[in-house]
Amino acid sequence: MTFDEKYFDLGRMDRLSYQETWVHRLDPRTKVIATMLFLITVISFPKYEVVALAPFFLFPVLVMTIGEIPVRFIMKKVLVVSPFVIFIGIFNPLLDTGTAIIISGIPISAGWFSFLSILLKFFLTISAALLLIATTSFPGVCHALRRLGVPSLIISQLFFLYRYLFVLMEEAMRIIRARDMRAFDRRGTDIKVFARLVGTLFLRTVDRAERIYYAMLARGFQGDIPTLKKSHMTATDFAFLATTIALICVFRFFPFTEEIGRTVQGLFI
Amino acid sequence: MHMADALLSPAVGTTLWAGSAAVAGYASKKLKRDIDDRMIPLMGVLGAFIFAAQMINFTIPGTGSSGHLGGGMILAIILGPHAAFLVMASILTVQSLFFADGGLLALGCNIWNLGFYPCYFIYPFIYKPWVGDSKSPGRILLASVVCVVLALQLGAFSVVLQTLLSGKSELPFGTFVLLMQPIHLAIGCVEGVVTAAIINYVRSVRPEILESMAASRPLGAALSLKKIMVTLVALVVLTGGVLSWFASTHPDGLEWAIEKVTGQSELSEPEQGIVPTLKGIQEWTAFLPDYSFKPGDVEPQKEAASPTWPGIEAGTSVSGIIGAAIVLGMIILIAMGIRCIRRRDT
Amino acid sequence: MSHHILEFDNVFFRYPDGTEALRGINFLITHGESVGVVGANGAGKSTLLQHMNGYLMPTSGTVTIGDLSLTKKTRQEFRKKVGIVFQNPDDQLFMPTVFDDVAFGPLNLGLDEAAVRERVRKSLVMVNGLTLQDKPPHHLSCGQKSAVAIAAVMAMEPDILAMDEPAANLDPRSRRSLITLLKTFKHSKIIASHDLDLILDVCERCLVIGGGCVVADGPSSEILSDGKLLEENSLELPLSLQRR
Repeated sequence: MTFDEKYFDLGRMDRLSYQETWVHRLDPRTKVIATMLFLITVISFPKYEVVALAPFFLFPVLVMTIGEIPVRFIMKKVLVVSPFVIFIGIFNPLLDTGTAIIISGIPISAGWFSFLSILLKFFLTISAALLLIATTSFPGVCHALRRLGVPSLIISQLFFLYRYLFVLMEEAMRIIRARDMRAFDRRGTDIKVFARLVGTLFLRTVDRAERIYYAMLARGFQGDIPTLKKSHMTATDFAFLATTIALICVFRFFPFTEEIGRTVQGLFI
Repeated sequence: MHMADALLSPAVGTTLWAGSAAVAGYASKKLKRDIDDRMIPLMGVLGAFIFAAQMINFTIPGTGSSGHLGGGMILAIILGPHAAFLVMASILTVQSLFFADGGLLALGCNIWNLGFYPCYFIYPFIYKPWVGDSKSPGRILLASVVCVVLALQLGAFSVVLQTLLSGKSELPFGTFVLLMQPIHLAIGCVEGVVTAAIINYVRSVRPEILESMAASRPLGAALSLKKIMVTLVALVVLTGGVLSWFASTHPDGLEWAIEKVTGQSELSEPEQGIVPTLKGIQEWTAFLPDYSFKPGDVEPQKEAASPTWPGIEAGTSVSGIIGAAIVLGMIILIAMGIRCIRRRDT
Repeated sequence: MSHHILEFDNVFFRYPDGTEALRGINFLITHGESVGVVGANGAGKSTLLQHMNGYLMPTSGTVTIGDLSLTKKTRQEFRKKVGIVFQNPDDQLFMPTVFDDVAFGPLNLGLDEAAVRERVRKSLVMVNGLTLQDKPPHHLSCGQKSAVAIAAVMAMEPDILAMDEPAANLDPRSRRSLITLLKTFKHSKIIASHDLDLILDVCERCLVIGGGCVVADGPSSEILSDGKLLEENSLELPLSLQRR
């Protein structure tokens, strides 16, 4: 992705996070905890498990539907980060050639199952992370982390990073455009020019930090960034969390998919 | 390269998270005590700066491919180990949330791989002693390249170890290492050159900036090599301990390992499972003409391609597949239902 | 009443590199006055403002508000009394949401949660920005950012409001809104700006700074119609006066 694309992509995700749906209104702590539990459960499945992962798709699908997050947007982002995992995973079918099952007389090696497992886990974990931020504004996530015990210095770092991310990206874009307007054919994209661009951006950033510090002092800053206890867990939050945990346990520890399959099989036999 | 959730096991993931969290806590404590207040907005905004700088591509001479800045090393040089580690951690957190670079569980691994090594290992014990207060661009260039390369090698190697210990990938150690290390050697060289170029440029234009930042670092921030080595060893022991605990409570992994070694499978259960379910499938044949399981065919087929995969029975797999299809179908129906309801409301 | 008098008494200031930015500044601002500060770039306007809340300390001379004299120890007190709004709102809105930014000052004053919320609400209402409360600053327009920056400073309920180029980045409508807003403020106001029309509109009194000194001090209507004086200080008549 070019710089512009990344900038707009980031902006889009950021704006999505400020929507006002039921999912967005849940307390950030609820969503952070639910997401982490979801992630740990998904990756706790054994190497070859494929079918038991199916019910877990309920979570991203529900969140995308209720949270009004565009499906194509998420899919594209998942795809963009998939090369590394696919590259590592594809070795599984190549190297693990012991036959696992036979379908229509064609032996399917165990490696394909572990590869598929990796891919499914990949989709589930990546979409869960993206959907967390898509349904919870970044400041919300930070407040959740703060309430969950993360040191305040780290929280302030996250706050400032987020706040000035777009400002700095815009500044970088201006510098890049200034470069592009004078670089004609060669595009001037070599390392020396890059170092100069980044160096300039760095110096401007340092100056900006000084001005920010001044503004902070002017409003009484004395070393600690104060925050208010802002969010409350409501009954809805607890209900959501309890339901999520219950479902996750059921899907993880009972052969849910198989039972359904067997039942249906039984019905037709 | 960033570690991914899908390749990770809970044991390795949580161990690395614990490690990174511990270091982050330590860095916060150290900074909070001694830091100059003006560092707080500076650190934050520099995080945004590195983030933005990482988005700018440059062409690598000779190859035409594009590269970009990593950040751990240059942050360590500018801010010192503790602040650089925290800034790096915050950058990686934002990346894992907004861009899903790797995943949230793998974030612990990534913070360790891309933050710990450059900030707490390479910078204090190699870069700083080598460069010291020197302003020589040549020395800075050489030191940067070597240090960035080393940091990336350590990071890449850690990814290999973390993947291997998680056991989800089949890649053997040797092949994986051969894939990761050379690529990161190349990336490291380029990033090292870029890092040095930026430092040298800044120094040539406004030297007092780097000096004043170095001056406002917490005093007594000298790290002892011994402490770092102890930390590393502790992490390895912890990982090993957690893993062995996991192995003992998850016999399938152990079984599989045993089978790979002895070539024998636990015959009893799968045998019992296969026969009755195959019968059921037989009765299905009319329903699903594709499946050509016939009792007569099963025996020779079973010999020809003996399943070395424990716990997977053909019958279970079929009902599993059917179940999966139904479950996924139900999920889609639920989603469509919700959409319809909402459309009706609006 | 006396506690709202801001006085600069023979203030000199030299930067570490030797530049003499202020050379004997003398003036007095009483409660409720609106004072404009004009002058060429580099004349010392910003440096002057930076002395008002103790960011810079005079090399010699005194800065007092009422009975309180500016020293390293009293800086925090000064920051409670003088609120400064800077030129670039992006540098002033440094928290992740508008609410957090406006609440920053009151929280630093040590107020309890209910009081902080009330101050935030009042300040945002004052600038017509209540609906922006939960937005991140980078989602705001320039005019909105300026308004929120003012709210953030006003939330500390300072006695004196100082502003450095408040309308510099604003489009005409936002600028007009700002002028209207400022005219409703009963606080003592000090506005440093190149926008002479704004000063003419908002401030009854005007200081001209040149070469680190107060070159002129009087009613805006007089000073800003004195073409010769203005030109001597690299300024010119306000546009609204030029049309005549």
